[in-house]
Amino acid sequence: MTTTAPAAPTNKLGLTKQDYVGSKSTLCAGCGHDSITAQLINAAFEMNIEAHKVGKYSGIGCSSKTPAYFFNQAWGFNSVHGRMPSIATGACVANRELVNIGVSGDGDSMSIGIGQLVHMIRRNVPMIYIIEDNGVYGLTKGQFSATADLGSVLKHGTVNELAPIDPCTLALELGCGFVARSFSGDPKQLNTILKAAMAHNGTCIIDVISPCVTFNNHDSSTKSYKNAKDHDFPLHELGFVQFNELEQVEIPAGESKVVTFPDGSRVSFRALREDYDPTDRFGAMKVLHEGVEKGEFLTGLLYVNTQKPTIHDITHIADMPLVHLGQAALKPGKDVLAQCMDALM
Amino acid sequence: MSTALANGHTLDHTKTLVNDFSIEIGTVNGSGSQTANSVLMRTIFQMGVPVSGKNLFPSNIAGLPTWFQIRANTKGYVARKAIVDLMICMNPETAKDDVLKLAAGALVIYDEPLKLNTLRDDLIYYPVPFQKLVTASCPEPKLHKLVKNMIYVGVAGQMLGLDMNETKNAITKQLKGKQKAIEINQAAVDAGYAWAAENMPAQNRLKVVPDNKTTGNIIIDGNAACALGSMFAGVQVVGWYPITPSSSLVESLIDYADEHRRDENGKLTVAIVQMEDELASAGVVFGAGWAGARSMTSTSGPGISLMSEFIGLGYFSEIPGVFFNVARTGPSTGLPTRTMQGDIDICAKCSHGDTLHINLYPGNMSECFDFAYESFNLAERFQTPVFVVTDLDLGMQNWMSKPFTYPEGDFDRGKVVGEKELAAMKDWGRYKDVDGDGIPYRSLPGTPGGKGAYFTRGSGHNAMALYSEKPEDYKELVDRLRAKYETAKQYVPKPIVDGTGSKRGVLAFGSSDPAVMEARDVLSERFQKKTDYLRLRALPFTSEVDAFIKESDVIYVVEQNRDGQMKALLREFYPEAATKLKSVLHYNGMALDAQTIVDQINAFEK
Repeated sequence: MTTTAPAAPTNKLGLTKQDYVGSKSTLCAGCGHDSITAQLINAAFEMNIEAHKVGKYSGIGCSSKTPAYFFNQAWGFNSVHGRMPSIATGACVANRELVNIGVSGDGDSMSIGIGQLVHMIRRNVPMIYIIEDNGVYGLTKGQFSATADLGSVLKHGTVNELAPIDPCTLALELGCGFVARSFSGDPKQLNTILKAAMAHNGTCIIDVISPCVTFNNHDSSTKSYKNAKDHDFPLHELGFVQFNELEQVEIPAGESKVVTFPDGSRVSFRALREDYDPTDRFGAMKVLHEGVEKGEFLTGLLYVNTQKPTIHDITHIADMPLVHLGQAALKPGKDVLAQCMDALM
Repeated sequence: MSTALANGHTLDHTKTLVNDFSIEIGTVNGSGSQTANSVLMRTIFQMGVPVSGKNLFPSNIAGLPTWFQIRANTKGYVARKAIVDLMICMNPETAKDDVLKLAAGALVIYDEPLKLNTLRDDLIYYPVPFQKLVTASCPEPKLHKLVKNMIYVGVAGQMLGLDMNETKNAITKQLKGKQKAIEINQAAVDAGYAWAAENMPAQNRLKVVPDNKTTGNIIIDGNAACALGSMFAGVQVVGWYPITPSSSLVESLIDYADEHRRDENGKLTVAIVQMEDELASAGVVFGAGWAGARSMTSTSGPGISLMSEFIGLGYFSEIPGVFFNVARTGPSTGLPTRTMQGDIDICAKCSHGDTLHINLYPGNMSECFDFAYESFNLAERFQTPVFVVTDLDLGMQNWMSKPFTYPEGDFDRGKVVGEKELAAMKDWGRYKDVDGDGIPYRSLPGTPGGKGAYFTRGSGHNAMALYSEKPEDYKELVDRLRAKYETAKQYVPKPIVDGTGSKRGVLAFGSSDPAVMEARDVLSERFQKKTDYLRLRALPFTSEVDAFIKESDVIYVVEQNRDGQMKALLREFYPEAATKLKSVLHYNGMALDAQTIVDQINAFEK
């Protein structure tokens, strides 16, 4: 008896999930970062992302190695510590058709890179910026990062005496149009958030708690699997419907709120918290701060605003990607030089 | 009356200096003196007499001393002249020092209440009642402070025999379209002129007579020239952060692009993004260069220091980008509004590890334009950061120039492979040296067809762009980068060599050129010393430099820094010539003058 393996499912581009994978991960076995990579692959497959149009960016650190582990057919750029935002900004204005995905860590983003992160958000550079957040510097073997909670303890007993920086409240304060938090142990929620981010035009800050299995996964750590699982409170149930599926699927009515992205995709929110409105920035701030007081770790799409101008609007650049403009469009003629010279005589 | 000079000559004060003298004006910054000084300089220029203007300004918005130096020279010498022939003292705070530093016989126009004539008896004084004149000529008291400076334009104009019609034209040009401002300023000039004609004793020491040596010329600063060159080079992305003295480069580019770089829908074909700092500006340059755009930034020494980590990444991962360094006096904040050729070393080797960069050294306004244009070709041809190294003197001062020549021909976009080329290639590797010139082929993000994607990293990589810590891969990579630098010798601007067979070489670069040209004439005419001159215009050193060093018995390396940074580079690349190289140095923040060079060369040959 012969059996034929069932053909792998394909997406609208005729690609299989295998077409979205990258090189083999070299991270520690069981690292939360690998689960995030897996969800990026799933989300891109489901969203029919053309991999050759993707720019993958990172800084320095464990998380920053991960762009090598997904989308082999995309161009990757592993830059300098904390400064992937400026590289992405340059690429993004040079070629506005690129889909920009950045993967960073809490060390990369909240210390050396905080300045660039802040200004990328201000400029609303269209990119998905994932912070794989474990509260420690893994690659230099376990020092505290700036997201480590006050009082959290390192493997060797050192207690953190500095208050943490919360990437999500920071992003909200700066007016970021897409702010989310998730947990690498919650693939379903993460997948939905990533798909919504792929539909969003603007900076998406996604803080993903991703415990470090080697240096920060003991029970006393607030960024361990156990702690994250015990204190994870989803704000809402998320439903994501891609634009080209809208005909077939109905958005649940009733208690849900629906946000439509510029490409027509929609996200529905069914609030688990009373009156949670993901389009209310001040409300999101309040809920987040209350969560910290109660020792809760709130996840979900915290805030979304699809109407903010992006860097492409702010720089008033051509609709066609600048890199596609030829010499005729870029080099003014002889008459222009003559005119400039006359004005200086 | 005569004065002994350091060069062994005497200055005859009875002789009339026609179209050959210098004026220095001491004012308070923020008082509108820039308009007055520029009108005075332009009047002389429009009369056909070669001029240069140098603004010595403080790091301050308003209230501190500032000086403006105008040199008129019929032979076209435009370097700073160390001796001031006419001093105009408008700033009470510095007037005393301004007068005390003058050489005997100089003329001094000053604000009457300052009573400067009691300080020395070997100068010729012209007290002027500025306040009285401005009160009479300008009905609006709140404008008096600003218009007061225009009075000296009229006074000096009468004194020097300037063509007041040209002054009028200069005012109209300077204040284009602002009719009320034109009228008020013109009235102040007229008041100064009329007063001087009636009350001031005539002088015969300094005169301007019409000439024809500036016909068809322009006046421009190096920053604007570099901006123009970049615009015609099709720059697509600019990331920048303000810093004196480079800010006006991008600001000029913003203005030019606003007018001349829009598409059919009126949208810009260049993205100019003011970043949060220099680190981010360098990131934008490399992000855009990586994506296939012509990209640049403009900064000064402190900015280059901040960018140096990214520049190492650009060099090692082979990404094009243009870095303008308009150098100022360092280290640290140094003298932020003074000039220096102090970043030769850092630009030649910017970043950690073994790095060698292509550097261009424009020496005049046309070269600021041409080299800015060419730098984008070189950056893309060699897939590497390219530095255009100027300084405050070139970048911010006013220079006379022939109009620029239109850069004909096509952009050199370098070895970029698209979908078709990739499909035809059997085993494409991002960092493979296919042609043996050290330059690999690159693909751009967004290229369809499923081939060409690669991973850019600042860590060790092999020819296939894969991560590698293998000793042989690392060595192959850095040796190829060195080979690429060797190839660049065929492409960079060659030096300008003026040989006389004297075997007495002078090697200089950048803003030193006008002073060197003048010094060579002085050495030849007064001291019978012929010199050969090589004006370096780029790194890497080319075969012309090899030959010049070989043929010369001694080479005076003229540069505006303390440590002889260019000499050190020459010693590194030409160790056998080390004993021939002598440093002629100038590093007090002021622009180089010819006398300094003459004196130092004479001292070597005593």
